[in-house]
Amino acid sequence: MARAKSERRDKIQAAAMYPLDWLEERSGLVGGVRYFLFRKVPGDTSWWHTLGSATLTAFLVQLVTGVILAMYYKPSPAEAHSSVEHITHDLWGGWLVRGMHRWGASVFIILMFMHMGRVFLFGAYKYPRELNWIVGVLLLATGLFEGLTGYLLPFDQTAYWATVVAVNINGTAPFVGPYLATVLRGGAEIGPDTLSRFYSIHMLLVPGALMGLIGLHLYLIVRLGVTSPPWSKEAAGSEPEEVAPPARAGLVQPGPRAAGVRRRPTE
Amino acid sequence: MEERPGDDRPQLPQPSLWPVGFAVGIVCLLVGLIVSWWVAAAGAVLALVFGFLWAREVATGHPAVPGPPPDEAAPDAAPVPAHRGEAAMPEPQPGERFPRSRFLEGATLGIGALIGVVVTLPAAGFALLPGFLKQKAHKVDLGPIKDFEENKWQVVTFARDPTHADITRRTAFVRNNGLLDGVPSFTIISNRCAHVGCPVQPGGPVFQKEEKTVKTANGDVLMTPVLPAAGFICPCHGGSYDQEGNRIAGPPVRGLDRYEFDIVDGRLILGDLYSVVKVEGSGKTAKIEKVELHGPGQHADGPESWLYPLQPPH
Repeated sequence: MARAKSERRDKIQAAAMYPLDWLEERSGLVGGVRYFLFRKVPGDTSWWHTLGSATLTAFLVQLVTGVILAMYYKPSPAEAHSSVEHITHDLWGGWLVRGMHRWGASVFIILMFMHMGRVFLFGAYKYPRELNWIVGVLLLATGLFEGLTGYLLPFDQTAYWATVVAVNINGTAPFVGPYLATVLRGGAEIGPDTLSRFYSIHMLLVPGALMGLIGLHLYLIVRLGVTSPPWSKEAAGSEPEEVAPPARAGLVQPGPRAAGVRRRPTE
Repeated sequence: MEERPGDDRPQLPQPSLWPVGFAVGIVCLLVGLIVSWWVAAAGAVLALVFGFLWAREVATGHPAVPGPPPDEAAPDAAPVPAHRGEAAMPEPQPGERFPRSRFLEGATLGIGALIGVVVTLPAAGFALLPGFLKQKAHKVDLGPIKDFEENKWQVVTFARDPTHADITRRTAFVRNNGLLDGVPSFTIISNRCAHVGCPVQPGGPVFQKEEKTVKTANGDVLMTPVLPAAGFICPCHGGSYDQEGNRIAGPPVRGLDRYEFDIVDGRLILGDLYSVVKVEGSGKTAKIEKVELHGPGQHADGPESWLYPLQPPH
């Protein structure tokens, strides 16, 4: 009886796994996702290490709510403000989705800064992760630019004058400033094309750049591993008490480095 | 199923012209649906005939792919070991590459780059250039000059481009200075702060009840008498200017911009904007040191102005 049961269970398991096996055989995706999710991290990672994923989550929220808002928003000077009013007051759930996008933008920026502070204080920007710090700084700049371009879209007095001021501050950059301001406005003055220009930059150009940079950021994290906190007993490069397997805290990806070989001799 | 010769070896379809004829027939059929029934019918016949021939050929099976040629050498002779036999071709040096391989790589990269440039340049030009081209200023009709009482200020609001009145509405402070050598003289100051471009406000009462609307070729022009006794003050960061637009205090880097103007048939016509370094004196006898229009926050004189040597067309 027990045998029959386990046979049936094997069959069910095989049937359930079949689609995954099918996918794995043709794409290797299942193994890739498994590699990404179940990779090794230092034993003493803490809640501080979740700030990066939190930032990514905030970005995904912006992505989803932004796509939905784009279904109702009309980026023309005559209609922009009334369509935002329509979203907020008339459409079912519009206040919620717009609120998520509006407040989520601040959450995204705040989380980026907190994540940056964590990386700085933990010294996680040091060798070999300098490049990931640089990518992160680019992400910060593009994220702030996303905030700048999104601020114009409700097209009320605050949005308009804040954009006037922001564009003019760009215009004071030496030599290229006046041209930069003209490119941003799409003309010598804020005109009918400026709003749709900002809209296109806000929803297509900059998010595309952000996604590419996030991909690079994650690739580097997976490649280089998660840094252990500064109070870690397993300082990077040191040997743990156990002999095998050679765990290298801070750089835990299995690599060709031979067990027991130290990067630097101990002082 | 009956075994056919060659079934045990990989098979290749025979080169065949029937699919080409079939394709031509389909194209004729589709084009004929738009152009003429006769072409469509001819296409249908072509497609049917060639389709039949193609299907028949596929159904009769393929000849076997020729197998490896039988060994020429006598079966008894021991094969010559590779390291002793004569090399068919000189061994390539490590890192050596054949000219054809190098050429193909270069050609692929070059053509790819060319395609990239051909696609990117027009798109980038379209994204960036329109903002710099055809930026002609719009002349704005502000109505008859008799509406402007001599030596009195008016806040005038107008659409710089009447086809986009909602987004090109601008405000200027206008004062009729009376006649100078028989020609009417006006002071027309832009309300755009020279700090970062906020709208400056008059430092004195605005007589809202005396507001009036003048209909001109440029749509409605709104005029409100004002007494800017304390000059003009910016609400954003506290920049303040005297009545001639000279900077008195605060963060602005120069005075307020002014508009050129023209009198045509007794009407005040607004022209281009220009920036001002300094105004000496006041009213119709004021000496104005003009420069090309600068963006807010950009120095128009002194060493800092060297940072902005070239201005895009306004």
